[in-house]
Amino acid sequence: MEFFKDVIGILVKYYPQLLKGVGNTLLISLIGTVAGLVIGLLTGIIRTAPKSKNPVLKALHKIVNAIIAVYVEIFRGTPMMVQAMVIYWGYAFATGGNTLPLIPSGLIIVSINTGAYMAEIVRGGIISIDRGQFEGAMSIGMTHSQTMMKVIIPQVMRNILPSISNEFVINIKDTSVLNVIGVTELYFFAGVIKKSTFQTFQTYLIVCVIYFILTFTITRILRYVEKRLDGNENYTVFGSQSNSEAEIHIKKEDM
Amino acid sequence: MSDNVIELVHLQKQFGDHSVLKDINLSVKKGEVLSIIGASGSGKSTMLRCINQLETPTSGQILYHGKDITSKDIKITQYRTKVGMVFQSFNLFNNMTAIDNCIVGQVSALKRSKSEAKEVAMKYLKKVGMEPFINARPSQLSGGQKQRVAIARALAMEPEVLLFDEPTSALDPQMVGEVLEVMTKLAKEGLTMIVVTHEMAFARDVSTHVVFMADGVICEQGAPHELFANPKNEKTREFLSRFLAK
Repeated sequence: MEFFKDVIGILVKYYPQLLKGVGNTLLISLIGTVAGLVIGLLTGIIRTAPKSKNPVLKALHKIVNAIIAVYVEIFRGTPMMVQAMVIYWGYAFATGGNTLPLIPSGLIIVSINTGAYMAEIVRGGIISIDRGQFEGAMSIGMTHSQTMMKVIIPQVMRNILPSISNEFVINIKDTSVLNVIGVTELYFFAGVIKKSTFQTFQTYLIVCVIYFILTFTITRILRYVEKRLDGNENYTVFGSQSNSEAEIHIKKEDM
Repeated sequence: MSDNVIELVHLQKQFGDHSVLKDINLSVKKGEVLSIIGASGSGKSTMLRCINQLETPTSGQILYHGKDITSKDIKITQYRTKVGMVFQSFNLFNNMTAIDNCIVGQVSALKRSKSEAKEVAMKYLKKVGMEPFINARPSQLSGGQKQRVAIARALAMEPEVLLFDEPTSALDPQMVGEVLEVMTKLAKEGLTMIVVTHEMAFARDVSTHVVFMADGVICEQGAPHELFANPKNEKTREFLSRFLAK
């Protein structure tokens, strides 16, 4: 019983800090995931673009591709915790002691890191689309960019949504490493609470449960979005042989 | 100037060391329905894909109303709105309904307004008998229905020439008829068509001109009844006898 009293005590006393931690964790991981996705889409589109016939553009494309490849390798190949230290203190070193504000620092670090993973996810998504989709669009005179915008990317988004939610969940958990530069996310406050209560197990158990509630809720929400994106499972057939005004509603279960 | 809509001059295509098309010369006049027959691997599809620039020929010319479309100053997207294509695997856009499949090209490439494009799309979906299914997605349609929507999508661009790349080869036998019916209707209306096909009855009865290809060359061509009744080339005879024996 002592244990539950401790837990409730921590919740009652420190709920403002815990809430603030949850808010910052969600803010950084949400914006980081979205920004990472934007980076991923841009790099994915650039890397899968057809080679230009113009030699200058062709060379430029090659250079940009090489830069993207280096970026992906470096940010996938090093721990985010180390990246956080290098970027945060690197900025301080370069500017002679100025430091970036903490939350924006966290946002930048998570975005760049997620972008490296998303670049590969999006590229995989694009190359997994059947060649015929491109050819179908080309055959009616659509340009490459029109094809990407209207035909390919919508299908890619649907296909990579499970990977995007995966990245989001990873980010919720991994923003905890940002405590090394002092970003006030959930894990940071756990340390603060522990130091003043000396109830280490109770504190981290609470935080553990909060992390799980966050990730579980997010997964459910994104699963729902996935289903919505699959489009209407039912459709209407207009007119029948005997009655041109008829509307026959076809449900998926009927098929 | 000649009245040829499409003309292939010394067309060659190589994939690495493998020569798929060896010196193809062919002309298609307005209103002609040209069937291309031949064994698999003879280069029929590659030739058709060269005409739409889905493959770049190694050498030779492709003339559209006398202008070489392989030259740099031809806008290929504009040319493709004039020369449409129907594929063996349909290639309908999976993320769109049947009617949106027929609208997107008109809006993107022809800059038609959405409402105008919708009207045109309806017109051609009606023509192929798919107007009841305008809101269905490709995954909800049968093969024959998908191919009819694909034909409507190509027609909605109001092209001058329509290329068909084995349009019935991926279909169950009972669905072949509905697609051939649509194609026959289009042929009778005077649309210029180039059809790569294994449907010998279509080649013989509907087309105005038949080309037989083997090993990357045109072995024989002529009026369908002539070519089917007494083929002159040894390879043509062998191919047709195998087909008629089936």
